[in-house]
Amino acid sequence: MAKYLLLKHYRGAPAPANDVPMDRWTPEEISAHVQYMSDFAARLTSTGEFVDGQAVAPEGAWVRSDGAGRPPVTDGPFAETKDLIAGWMIIDVDDWDRAVELAGELSAAPGAGGRPIDEWLEVRPFLAQPTNFGE
Amino acid sequence: MVAGVDESLLRSLIPRVIGVLVRRGIDFAAAEDAVQDALLEAIRVWPDDTPRDPPAWLVAVAWRRWLDTVRSDAARRRREDVLDAAPMAEPPPDVDDTLQLYFLCAHPSLTPSSAVALTLRAVGGLTTRQIAQAYLVPETTMAQRISRAKRTVSAVRLDRPGEMATVLRVLYLVFNEGYSGDVDLAAEAIRVTRQLATAVDHPETSGLLALMLLHQARRAARTAPDGSLVPLPEQDRSRWDTTAIAEGVQILQAALARDRLGEYQAQAAIAALHADALTAAETDWVQIVEWYDELVRLTDSPVVRLNRAVAVGEADGARAGLAALAELDPALPRWTAVAAYLHERDGDPATAARLYVEAAAAAPDLAERDHLTRQAARLHRRG
Repeated sequence: MAKYLLLKHYRGAPAPANDVPMDRWTPEEISAHVQYMSDFAARLTSTGEFVDGQAVAPEGAWVRSDGAGRPPVTDGPFAETKDLIAGWMIIDVDDWDRAVELAGELSAAPGAGGRPIDEWLEVRPFLAQPTNFGE
Repeated sequence: MVAGVDESLLRSLIPRVIGVLVRRGIDFAAAEDAVQDALLEAIRVWPDDTPRDPPAWLVAVAWRRWLDTVRSDAARRRREDVLDAAPMAEPPPDVDDTLQLYFLCAHPSLTPSSAVALTLRAVGGLTTRQIAQAYLVPETTMAQRISRAKRTVSAVRLDRPGEMATVLRVLYLVFNEGYSGDVDLAAEAIRVTRQLATAVDHPETSGLLALMLLHQARRAARTAPDGSLVPLPEQDRSRWDTTAIAEGVQILQAALARDRLGEYQAQAAIAALHADALTAAETDWVQIVEWYDELVRLTDSPVVRLNRAVAVGEADGARAGLAALAELDPALPRWTAVAAYLHERDGDPATAARLYVEAAAAAPDLAERDHLTRQAARLHRRG
């Protein structure tokens, strides 16, 4: 019983096997991809392993405090950021092997030509709640 | 849960009520669903109108819910006629029904997370929402996990004795999970283990209950007000729960007297020796090492050997601890943290600080990582 974050990158991950940007896919290929992702989440709900899944826009800003009483300072967009998150899925599974198995399936979502993208996903364990025997 | 309902009374009735329905011939999955519905209804209705006979109320409501389900299924109309006509005589409540439920919910065909979820619902009498909150997953996910678990065990018959070891393993997991949400899982684990220990004559079940009580007794002292971890030697022992310790020790002694030693009794014995020391310095580490030797013999677990190395370091000095550690695989979880601790005690703060940093990076939970980082920071400031 452990939670894992499956991270999908716009940039920063090694190049996938089927490396065609989404805007060069056919509309049908995009629909097939979206359907695959939503089926995947539904299947994980039915196996009792789904926690959360979200996609985030590539555009955003850096924000930091500028001292008390002043509005925060913003900067961006992240033009020079090497690593850019596209979205995530959080799963709750029995062990690391299962997390890897599911990440593998998610990575095989169909892309250009209807073939699996086989993109690299980052799998990161959550730092768990402290257990009762930790002392 | 809603104020006005005696939560633990309500929860403790759930396995019995499931047992009654199963004896009336309803399959386990359907009976468990009906009883969950009755439980939710009880939470809703009881604060205003507590029944005089709570078990009978739950059985009646669950039975009606089940009948409703069957009636809504036209294909089963014939069966319904048969069941409506069935005699309603109540079989005497049977401890074995509840016991069989423990076995079923911890069946070896289930994954640990499924067994835990099913046990909490059918034996623990928790609602799906409470279990989902405790494990920080959506309610729909938890509901599916439970119904899959029920499908997995649907072919298992309730009339055969099961594996007590798997039941205890599941209860241990529930206890170890700590607590989040509005349900204290550790307290639930103790309640359900106590219920089991009363129903069976089994020293290891008593050993597990004693172990839980002895650990729970230290819970208040284990975290500082800011949430940080307080290691055993630094705990304020006046905050230990002496009633729980006394109960744990008494249960353990009765179990040990049966002369059927197992790993939970041995672990409880170690916890009892810690509880027995008025100050950390008075801890009987020599006896603790002996119990770890027993545990190694019983489990041959590398984690136990690692804990043994810590105890050896206290009993015979840091050098001896490091020698015991050197025989173990450095890839073991917490190996580096133990090495850091022993190197500091051996008078090598530079090595200790480096190892604490390494151990923090590999820590499995946040409180532990923060604790290890503080140890490294403490040594860096000194050096």
